[in-house]
Amino acid sequence: MTADTATRTGTEMEPAARKRTRTKGNQLAGYVFISPWLIGFLLLTLWPIAQSFYLSFTDYSLLEDPVWTGTNNYTKIFTDDSTFTKSLSVTFMFVLFSVPLKLFFSLMVALALNKNLRGMNLYRTAIYFPSLIGGSIAVAALWRNMFGIDGYINNVLAWFGIEGVGWISNPDTSLGTLILLNTWQFGSTMVIFLAGLKQVPQELYESASVDGAGKVRKFFSITLPLLSPVMFFNLVLGIIGSFQTFTSAFIITKGGPINSTYMYAMFLYEKAFKHYQMGYASALAWILLSIVALLTLLNFMASRYWVFYESDGGKTK
Amino acid sequence: MTAIRSKLSNHLLLTAFSLLMLYPVIWWAGASLKKTEELSLPTLWPSTPMWENYSKGWNFSADYTFAHFFGNTLLMEVGNVIGGVATAAIVAYGFGRLSFKLRGFWFSILLLTMMLPGQVTVVPQYILFNKFGFTDSYVPLVLPHFFGGGAFFIFLLVQFIRGIPKDLDEAATIDGASVYGIFWRVILPLLKPALVTVAIFTFIWSWDDFFAQVLYLSSVDKFTVGLALRMFIDQFDIQWGQLLAMSLLSIFPSVIIFFFAQKHFVEGIATTGLKG
Repeated sequence: MTADTATRTGTEMEPAARKRTRTKGNQLAGYVFISPWLIGFLLLTLWPIAQSFYLSFTDYSLLEDPVWTGTNNYTKIFTDDSTFTKSLSVTFMFVLFSVPLKLFFSLMVALALNKNLRGMNLYRTAIYFPSLIGGSIAVAALWRNMFGIDGYINNVLAWFGIEGVGWISNPDTSLGTLILLNTWQFGSTMVIFLAGLKQVPQELYESASVDGAGKVRKFFSITLPLLSPVMFFNLVLGIIGSFQTFTSAFIITKGGPINSTYMYAMFLYEKAFKHYQMGYASALAWILLSIVALLTLLNFMASRYWVFYESDGGKTK
Repeated sequence: MTAIRSKLSNHLLLTAFSLLMLYPVIWWAGASLKKTEELSLPTLWPSTPMWENYSKGWNFSADYTFAHFFGNTLLMEVGNVIGGVATAAIVAYGFGRLSFKLRGFWFSILLLTMMLPGQVTVVPQYILFNKFGFTDSYVPLVLPHFFGGGAFFIFLLVQFIRGIPKDLDEAATIDGASVYGIFWRVILPLLKPALVTVAIFTFIWSWDDFFAQVLYLSSVDKFTVGLALRMFIDQFDIQWGQLLAMSLLSIFPSVIIFFFAQKHFVEGIATTGLKG
């Protein structure tokens, strides 16, 4: 661009100069415009992250000043806290089951909804609806009633000769009930899949048909590869989100019975705001962050082998 | 013939599936009118509807009716929606249209914060708000929305702004508009549909953001609907019919907004979310 302006004659210099001052103005304007976010980021994200890291090496009850205790919190967590081990394994189980289930389920539904049928909007609305309200405390209350020992689920099961249990009050089934609730709220994942499906060019299917490919073949050779970036997006965010599940465990099961649904986020919450062990809770938060970061990193590394980016024309990143 | 057949089977399948998904919700509506003994039945309609589930549930707390809790929540929502919509648009314009030093860097940071588990920042944030005496007030719930409304919304709007033809900006520049003028007169009007999406999502998500509410609000006078429901659940002898009635009422605002703005919902997601 500078070479371009240099060749121009004097009369044409003016707009170029004006453009230069405009970019300078842009510099400042850019920061003016992003300042709300930037201030918020520094104040409510970056500073708290640093503070939390520091606090994780201290004893802090909110009433007195933090006392530096070195790596005590971490040592205690890893060697002498059976609740930590329990809640971490509960959370891993939850993530391990609910993420793939939700992905599979929402993909299947998205495929079913990606058709040209009259009244499709109605179906979409109906199927999306549970997800709209799913995370609320109201639904947690509903779930608690439905899956209680006297809930209607048991009554329905009795028709099929299955003897009901207290799904929530039984430690063998309580976590499964929460996983089911989580899967029921598959809507937003499904909407993202649906948007991804709309981007798949129809010509590909047509030419595949000409080549004699069947439905199954088309799904595995066209739909799935082209959908893999969306799948990846949903997988990464799904894992991160599931690690932080709180409301359902807090309201429906209260972490019980015998800690069978004591999710990590709830453990952390109680350490910090029930027992006021802010330092200990911060250490727990940093362990969570490390786990999530590590899993996300692994995900990105693995994505090279299965995520297909069309623009690169192959399975490279 | 086979085409009609497959269409019909598709319809049947989708209808059955929709009903299966909605069954708990439909049951819920009937259950809110049931006696306790009838709640264990999968039937939809009670033998005799107990309308007093609603009137008794509404007044379950000795000191406040649910009207008070709804008022509190709506008050908080007004702040959240205004803060989120206004600042997200401003920030998104900066990232989407203006070039400045370190723009790419800050944008990557913005995207990274979407993946940050909230647990890492919650303790220091609480300490900070506590230090300024803002606990047990709506400040910790509303204020964060005034800092760009959340990374996800900024990202959504940036995608949207990038889809607006640049010729419009250039034409306005020739007419002598500054970057601020372009934002106000060119971008903002075009951004409206996307901003409606932001407003809806902000409303629904903050209505359900139980964690922040339970963390910061402690006096019953300031309770939101969600916290009032929790108080209901924690009673020794839960009146399930009344609780289900109030729970059902609590989702109404979100549902009404969803149905009124459904077109925006679908369009907003389709045009912003994953294009490009």
